[in-house]
Amino acid sequence: MTAPPRELEDLEAPVAPPAALSPRELARWAWRSLTSMRTALILLFLLAVAAVPGSIVPQRSVDPIKVTDFFRDDPGLARWFDRLHLFSVYSSPWFAAIYLLLFVSLVGCVVPRARLHWRASRATPPPAPRRLERLPAHVRWETAVAPDAVLAAASRELRGWRTAASSDGTSLAAEKGYLRETGNLLFHLSLLVVLVGIAVGSLVGFKGTVLVPVGEGFANTVTQYDDITPGSLYRTDRLPPFRLTLDRFTARWETAGPQRGAPREYRADVTYIPHPGAGSRTASISVNHPLDVGGARVFLVGNGYAPEVTVRDGTGAVVARGPVPFLPQDASMASSGVLKVADARPSSLGLQAVFLPTGVLDPRRGPVSAFPDAGNPELYLTAWRGDLGTDSGLAQSVYRLDTRRMTQVASARLVPGMSWRLPDGLGTVTFEGWRRWATFQVAQDPGKGATLAGAGGALVGLMASLFVRRRRVWVRALPGEGGRTVVEVAGLARGENQDASVQVDALVDRLSRSVPKHPLTAPRATGPAPTSDQE
Amino acid sequence: MAVDLSLAQASNNLVYSAMAVYTVALVAFAGEMAFGSRGRVARVQAEQGVPVEERVLVGAGAVSPEPPSAVAAVADEPAAAGGERWGRVGVSLTVLAAVLQLGAVVTRGLAVHRPPWGNMYEFTVAGTLLAVAGFLLVLRRNPVRYLGVFVVAPVLLALGLAVTVLYVDAAALVPALDSYWLVIHVTAVMLGAAIFAVGAAVTVLFLLKDAEERSGRTGVRAVDALLRRLPSAASLDRTAYRLHAFAFPIYTFAVMAGAVWAEYAWGRYWGWDPKETWAFITWVFYAGYLHARATAGWKGRTAAVIALLGFSCFLFNYYGVNFLLPGRHSYAK
Ligand code: HEM
Repeated sequence: MTAPPRELEDLEAPVAPPAALSPRELARWAWRSLTSMRTALILLFLLAVAAVPGSIVPQRSVDPIKVTDFFRDDPGLARWFDRLHLFSVYSSPWFAAIYLLLFVSLVGCVVPRARLHWRASRATPPPAPRRLERLPAHVRWETAVAPDAVLAAASRELRGWRTAASSDGTSLAAEKGYLRETGNLLFHLSLLVVLVGIAVGSLVGFKGTVLVPVGEGFANTVTQYDDITPGSLYRTDRLPPFRLTLDRFTARWETAGPQRGAPREYRADVTYIPHPGAGSRTASISVNHPLDVGGARVFLVGNGYAPEVTVRDGTGAVVARGPVPFLPQDASMASSGVLKVADARPSSLGLQAVFLPTGVLDPRRGPVSAFPDAGNPELYLTAWRGDLGTDSGLAQSVYRLDTRRMTQVASARLVPGMSWRLPDGLGTVTFEGWRRWATFQVAQDPGKGATLAGAGGALVGLMASLFVRRRRVWVRALPGEGGRTVVEVAGLARGENQDASVQVDALVDRLSRSVPKHPLTAPRATGPAPTSDQE
Repeated sequence: MAVDLSLAQASNNLVYSAMAVYTVALVAFAGEMAFGSRGRVARVQAEQGVPVEERVLVGAGAVSPEPPSAVAAVADEPAAAGGERWGRVGVSLTVLAAVLQLGAVVTRGLAVHRPPWGNMYEFTVAGTLLAVAGFLLVLRRNPVRYLGVFVVAPVLLALGLAVTVLYVDAAALVPALDSYWLVIHVTAVMLGAAIFAVGAAVTVLFLLKDAEERSGRTGVRAVDALLRRLPSAASLDRTAYRLHAFAFPIYTFAVMAGAVWAEYAWGRYWGWDPKETWAFITWVFYAGYLHARATAGWKGRTAAVIALLGFSCFLFNYYGVNFLLPGRHSYAK
């Protein structure tokens, strides 16, 4: 059968290394190999497989604490994993190598295709092959209408197609569905845009988290953050200069039924000043509803309790006062925290504490929290005296008490308003009450727009590329016996899983109204058993 | 708003009823496979000596402008007795079961005052309904009743897992899931997955049929008889491709919508959480499948295997990741 026109497919010529390897030829061969469909496929699978370990081995970017635990539990293996970048797969050189190669291959593949497509979409459809009956879809009939009139009628019926009459005027070529290839190119190029967007975001983006107790606030400067991950090219002086105060935090949980205790609403009501000199505004930030301010986004990512504790030392001086953020330990918001009072007299004090929002005494497990809301708040305290280790110069967690050089003094259970006198004249601890706190993540991602646009483009391109059908049809009208005209209509579909018979059918259907078959003949298909698809 | 417990109970009962009817439907479909005469499609092929889709084409080309196409001819043929009837009973029962299941989804939604796909149990019930609906829709215009067993059996299996392992009582959602992006994202995942699932079933049949055609076997074992009833491997391959090509953009959109949701809920659109990672892997495999179909030497069997790998990744992401790999997507519980 007639070979389908192969302009695009020619790019897929099999590659074999040339026998005599001049550097130039070698380079050409390497480039052709890299940009072949087969290589693209293999790189795609490599990419998929390379993504797997990152879902099994803990990742620094996802859960740094797990990575630390891994190092503690199995230092030997951890060191090897670390050498292979297994704790940061998605920013590892080998992962980058795969996707960069893939995208080089993509560019090398798409650019020549785009050039060909540009040319093809401006060229006229190729003239009819000599033997139309060898095409997959083909119909022939005879009519009394003259050849010219047949072609004129066909040309009317082919509105919306790109058509061209042959030089001898006996046939008409038509093509449509260029959008298919356009879609394919748009899809692949959009993937590139997505990649660029991601790269921009990770280079000049910024992400930080900050914990704010109710009633307090923070100014958007680097020093105020508890945790900050700027992109490698981020300039911290570009932080939008807003200030924000947490006025109220509302938390609601399911109070009955099997889901009792499941969170139902977290909402932070804030007052903020977008930039110095601007008026203050109020807003609600909740999960799924971030606040946009000065090119940054403020997300609510966590919350908890901060018991308010006042500590007086042995001299009666107030040495600590205010809310102390505790970290929730379980779904019932039992929270733990520590209070370090280095300048208490006669001795430095350390308090280890557990806050139970709804404290109950479990016969087996002891004091536990029965519900996440603060129904019956209780504070369990253990006091230590001695060297807090805060002078050692080493960074210390504010949530952990280093008791190696301390001695335990006493323990107590407090409810709000209650004071506890420490033994040995060490002072008193008063549990004044509690507040909630919220953690906010502030993120700035200048690449986000590009990523989103790329994603949209990719989706549109993909749909065009999968759903638009590309077809060519030809109509030939030649004088036949007895003054009749022999009309032939044939079609060819291009690309994956395509078929032109529907178009040919439809065209024949419409054409045979203006070019009725001669009473003595009927349209009939000829030629070999077609091999194209059914619709 | 409080959960309506009696509606929730009604929903559970409807799920069980649907499962009972599916079971009978499955028996009926299996009955057609076992006792039926050869499928009409296969029979036409045998009579004509050409694969049916080629006949259709010749027909379509030849008889225009008054085209009684071969498709119509095949469909209009008076139904043979016996096995045919089994098959039609199977379809009717499947429709009935799907209606019951739709009732279950609707009552669950009314009970919890939100779209009823907020946890794995609800997702499975709604998603399998989509797969069945997709199958029934395709069946209206294409002779694909042979797929009945291969759609209903996995659906029953998934529903069985849903009511035993995955079941959760009707309840409202945690704040992170309380978003209209949930509706968009999860609906798209469900739709894509349902079509991928049917595509995977057809792909398995393609591999079996292809093996038969290659071996040229004409045995008398039950399997051979069963295989003979299927359309040609080429036609199965094409059907599988169409399903995948239809599902892929939907799944692509689903992943994108998930990223948008993640951005609103967690402050980043992509964080390589295990769930996200496996969605990515699944997507890449299906992209590989579409590529393979356009690559010399990778068409046919190789591409089919890639598609099945893609679906395995999806299943792993759904069942495996939720239970084995901890992550932020607390959807599992
Ligand atoms: C980032 C990696 C890539 C992804 C995710 C990807 C994905 C896809 C998908 C989903 C399709 C099917 C939809 C369509 O027909 O447009 C496709 C088609 C295609 N891709 Fe890619 N691709 C990638 C890279 C490449 C590369 C590197 C090449 C060149 C070597 C390439 C060449 C092609 C071609 C020629 C088609 C059209 C096949 C046809 O005619 O049906 N792609 N790609």
